[in-house]
This record gives sequence, structure tokens and C-alpha cells, in this order.
Amino acid sequence: MAQQAPSTGGSARTLTMARAGREAVIAEMRKDPNIFVIGEDVAKLGGVFGTTVGMAEEFGAHRVIDTPISETGFIGIATGAAMAGMRPIVEIAFVDFIGVCFNAIFNFAAKTHYMSGGQFKVPMTMMIGYGGGYNDAAQHSQCLIGTLAHVPGIRIVTPADAHDAKGLMHSCLRDDNLTIWMVHKAIWGLGWLGTAIKTAMATVPEEEYTIPFGKARIWREGTDVTLVGYGITVHHALQAAEKLAADGVSAEVLDLRTIVPMDREAIMKSVTKTGRVVVADEDYMNCGVTAEVLATIAERNPRVLKAPAVRVANPDIPVPFSRPMENFALPDADKIVAAAKATLKS
Amino acid sequence: MKPTPKQRIWMYEMMLKSRLFDDAVFEAYWEGKKPVFHMGKGPLPGEMHQSFGQEPTAVGVLAHLGPDDAVGAGHRPHHVAIARGVNLKRMAAELFGKKTGLSGGRGGHMHLYDNGVNFFCSGIIAEGMGPGAGIALARKMQKKPGIAVAYNGDGAVNQGAFHEVMNMAALWKLPFVCVIEDNKYAVSVTTEESTVVPAWQRAAAYNCPGEYVKGNDPDLIFAAAARAVQHARDGKGPAILEIETERLHGHFIGDSAGYRSKEEVAGQKDPIPLYRKRLLDEKVLSSADMESLEARVKQEVAEAIQFGRDSEYPAPNEALERVFA
Repeated sequence: MAQQAPSTGGSARTLTMARAGREAVIAEMRKDPNIFVIGEDVAKLGGVFGTTVGMAEEFGAHRVIDTPISETGFIGIATGAAMAGMRPIVEIAFVDFIGVCFNAIFNFAAKTHYMSGGQFKVPMTMMIGYGGGYNDAAQHSQCLIGTLAHVPGIRIVTPADAHDAKGLMHSCLRDDNLTIWMVHKAIWGLGWLGTAIKTAMATVPEEEYTIPFGKARIWREGTDVTLVGYGITVHHALQAAEKLAADGVSAEVLDLRTIVPMDREAIMKSVTKTGRVVVADEDYMNCGVTAEVLATIAERNPRVLKAPAVRVANPDIPVPFSRPMENFALPDADKIVAAAKATLKS
Repeated sequence: MKPTPKQRIWMYEMMLKSRLFDDAVFEAYWEGKKPVFHMGKGPLPGEMHQSFGQEPTAVGVLAHLGPDDAVGAGHRPHHVAIARGVNLKRMAAELFGKKTGLSGGRGGHMHLYDNGVNFFCSGIIAEGMGPGAGIALARKMQKKPGIAVAYNGDGAVNQGAFHEVMNMAALWKLPFVCVIEDNKYAVSVTTEESTVVPAWQRAAAYNCPGEYVKGNDPDLIFAAAARAVQHARDGKGPAILEIETERLHGHFIGDSAGYRSKEEVAGQKDPIPLYRKRLLDEKVLSSADMESLEARVKQEVAEAIQFGRDSEYPAPNEALERVFA
């Protein structure tokens, strides 16, 4: 599981998302002594997902703090530290664990700036892993991005490749709000989930750069149908677009990139051009991100659609363990292809 | 450690200010709520948890704090906020939901924040624990002076946050004092019904000092708080200070506390007249000085309440501001 610390020489390199995100954290920690990392297994282990490998050695145990298994407690502590001038990075390896500490996140960290009339800022970044596809069942495979996105006061970024992982991490660490940087486990480039997905690795410049919140990314231009996704579903959509191209269908792939705020202009621009839309998400369908995308179109101009929209998302079931059942619950390229073809029938 | 005459006069003044503030709030709260009680009506809407009887817990501890320290309070925060020196006019305005309030009307009485005196609140039980200890962690990491004090009720000690945070505060030797106000009730459930081992005894589980102060007496609380605060200041880690106190009213205005017996209620003592008498008997204050102090506090509270009443409401769409920094 342990991975090497990112190299410090050379120019642009091809990196995994794990290494790219880590590079941004290390760069910011070198500049700002107020940044520290706190969470379970972040010091000696280097993070369950390799997010903090090498950091305890460089910055010391006082800035890379291993905690007891007490998420409510250490998120509360990190929030207080943020109110008092520190800039904590909190790791929650599995988003599923917000079940035991959601109060500390949504009742305090997310609301303190508002409830104090702007007197107290909470410049805190949470690094969270999400997603299934490796048979970890219903308590370790969720996305819960819609759940978090429902709460005001949290910026949520969901990079789909190493380039965005680094840029969005810099953006989060320089922001004065509660930000959540979320990466799907299957695209992170972890040693224990097979070969890294090629499209999630990317050429990453050595220098620092930020990516604005609320700016979507067009991965592939097309004219017949828009495939909207974020995180892992961008990669499913890219595969789907290849398959559709073979059938003569030109699909545009739009990566939301940040869920809060959401780039509604980019959605409208693309859908206005194509007239058809498929929204893909591994998260639960009901009241989720897919619904928010479609609500945007419904509110702004439903007449741009030439056909009913189709959603590909978890059909509102706990993520099942058994492989055939889990695959049934997960989005994939074939499901997106089928959805796109359905929009093209009308 | 005994309080100096000056400290005792300060403690009386702060208790009196809190009491007169709560008296005025109580009176104004009922405007617009008769004959039919509706919590959302009148100039002071919403739940209102007042501090009647609990004033000593604030002054006895906060007498030891300085500007570098930080204080977190819970859903019943008036006495703590006032003893901490939160701006009284802006606090009153916040209760009235006015633009001039501490948070411009976004918080209300359970969510009082004053960054100028490092004061915050949370209406969720035991939620001051984490942020309080977090401020203590920041002081330690930044090598700055100052401790943090978090106020909790006796009902808070059975929240996970209490245990999680005490454990980490002790592990990391944070300059943190956990104050438990034992007013004997968590809404209607008594401490005996809810808690097997009281918080101060649980201190043994965190290898930190724990003390119980009986009597709701500012002088005794002052003495015990001196020990807890010094422990935290000396870098020895957290301390738990549990203080016996009295909730003279219901959980909130409108709660008639029918779950308490008449005998129990009749046996309750109001700490403020008792302390007033003590200061006069011990000649800490002359009658004339006492009257002049009381007149001054009365005037200050009246002006604060009037400021809250007279201030403008925020424009409705100001609600959209401050979600993000």
C-alpha cells in the first residue's frame, strides 16, 4: 500500500491522482506552517489511500497527526483549530464514515461562518475517498456526494484525473471555507485496486496551479448527445463515447469537476448544442446530483432538449456485495451507451 | 485561591447583569405570545433557554481568563457570554434578530459568536467540546498563550463527543478545561436517571484532574476553577470541572417543568441574593456602592435591550450572504 513520495525534480510528469494530490498538499505545507493533517492512519501508514505518504517524515508528528478512531471528536477539534487560525486537512478514508460524524460536519463546520455572521472562518479541507466496484459492500462503497452537497456551506470538488486532483487540491487549501476533496477509489491509482485507469493518470506540471470552483471541463466534444459525469463516471462516459462513435454517434463528455458550486452554464451550453443528455453518477439516484443537473435544465430552458433525459445512477439500493449484484448497481460504459441510444430514439 | 474583593465585585456584577438581561428578555419574550402561545411570534421568537440560577458557574470560572483565552458555550449561553464580555448591545440585537446583532440575525440566542472575545456557541449538545479543544490545539501548535474552556450541561456527558474529545485532549495534553454545569436536569431527565458515573469521576479515565463543586457558590467555584485553569495553563493537559448549579426555570420559556416536585422547587436557592448579602455582610461593598453598581448595571441592560428593540431588521435577502467566506 505504501507508495513513494512524489519526486521534486523534472518538469511535467505522468502521475496518479494519489501522487498529484499529495504533491499539492506537500507544496502548501512547505509554505504555510498553519496547515496540518489530522486523521486516522495518516502518519505512520501514510493514509489508507496513500494520501499522506512521506509527510510525517518531512513535517513531523505534530503536523501529521494520527488520531484515535473518533471522527466526531477530531473533526470538531480540526474545526476549532481552523476557527483559531490553523488550516487543517482532515482525512476520512471512506465517505461512509461520515455516518458517525455528520453532525460535526454539517451542524458546526459548515454553518459556523454563516451563524457567526462571518466572524469565524473555517478554512478546513477534508480528503475523502468514495465509491465501490471492488466488492466492499454497503458500508464501504458509497458515494454520498449528494448527501454532502445537500448541506449549505460546503464546497465539494471531485477531480477525475491527476491534473485536476492537484489543481483542485491547491484551490481547496487556499480557500477560506470548508472544502471537501473527494476521489473515487477506483481512479485514485491505489496499489490494491489493480492497474490505474489510464485516463485518470495525467501529465501534471511541476509548478503549482489552481482550478476554479464551479468550472466544468469538456473532455471530448460532440454534437449528438451530452454525457454528464464526474469522477469515475467521466471515464465510463469516455469509454461510452468511443463505443458510440463506432456507431456514428458523436457524444460530448462533460465533467462537472466541482459539485458545489456546479457549473450550470456549462451544462446548458453543452445541452443546447446537442439537444440530448445522459447524466451518469455512481451515487444514489433519488434527490441526487443527477437530479440537480436535470433540474438545472428544467429551470433554465427545458426546450433545448429534443428527447427526454436519461439518468444512469445507483437504483436506490444499498451497494450489494456479490459481484453480479454490485455490477447491477454500478454505472458503466454499456449502461451509458444504452441510455444515450434511448435519447436518440426520440 | 480566594477571590480578591475586586474579583468578587466583578462576579456579582456579571451575575446581576446576566440576571437583569434574562429578566428583560423574559418580559419581552411574552409580547405577542398571549393569549395563544406561539414560539415564533413576538419580537423575541424562537426557543429561549435562560440562565436563571446558573450565573455562578460562569463568573467563578471566567474570572480566571484573559484575552488570549477562548470560551465555548452551549444552548443556554447568556450567563457565559455576559461574563466573557460579549458585546451586550449586539447580543441583545441578535436575540431580536436585528441587523446590528452579533451575527446580523443569522444566529439567534443559541448561536452567539463574538470573535473579539474568542467566544462561540453551539446549540447541539456537547458540540462545544471539539471546537473548544481545537482552539486549544491551535494555541499549542502556534505556541501562543491561552487556554480554551467549553461549557456543557450534565446531559452532555453522555454524548460521544464528550468522551472522544476528552480522550484526545488528554492524549495531546491540550490546554483545555471542560466545565460541566450540573443543573440536575437534561430537559426533564435527571442526572441520576441518565448518568452512572458523573463527569468529574470520569476524569480518572482520561488521567486528568476532575473536581465537583457543590453549593452553586461563586467563591467556591472560583477556588476550584483556579486549580483547573492553572493545570491547563501549565501545559499539563485538560481538566474537568463539574459544578453543581440550579435551573430555576424550565428548560426553555414555556416549559412549566411539571416533572419537578413542588418540594424540590421550593428548596431551590437563588444564588444572586445570597451573594449580594454576603458581599454586604463582609463589607466588600457598602450599601451605597452596591446601589450605585446596581443602578449602573440596570441602565446598561436597559440600553442594550432598547438597542436591540430599536435596531433595524436585516433585509430578507441578506440571508443569502455569509454562506461562504
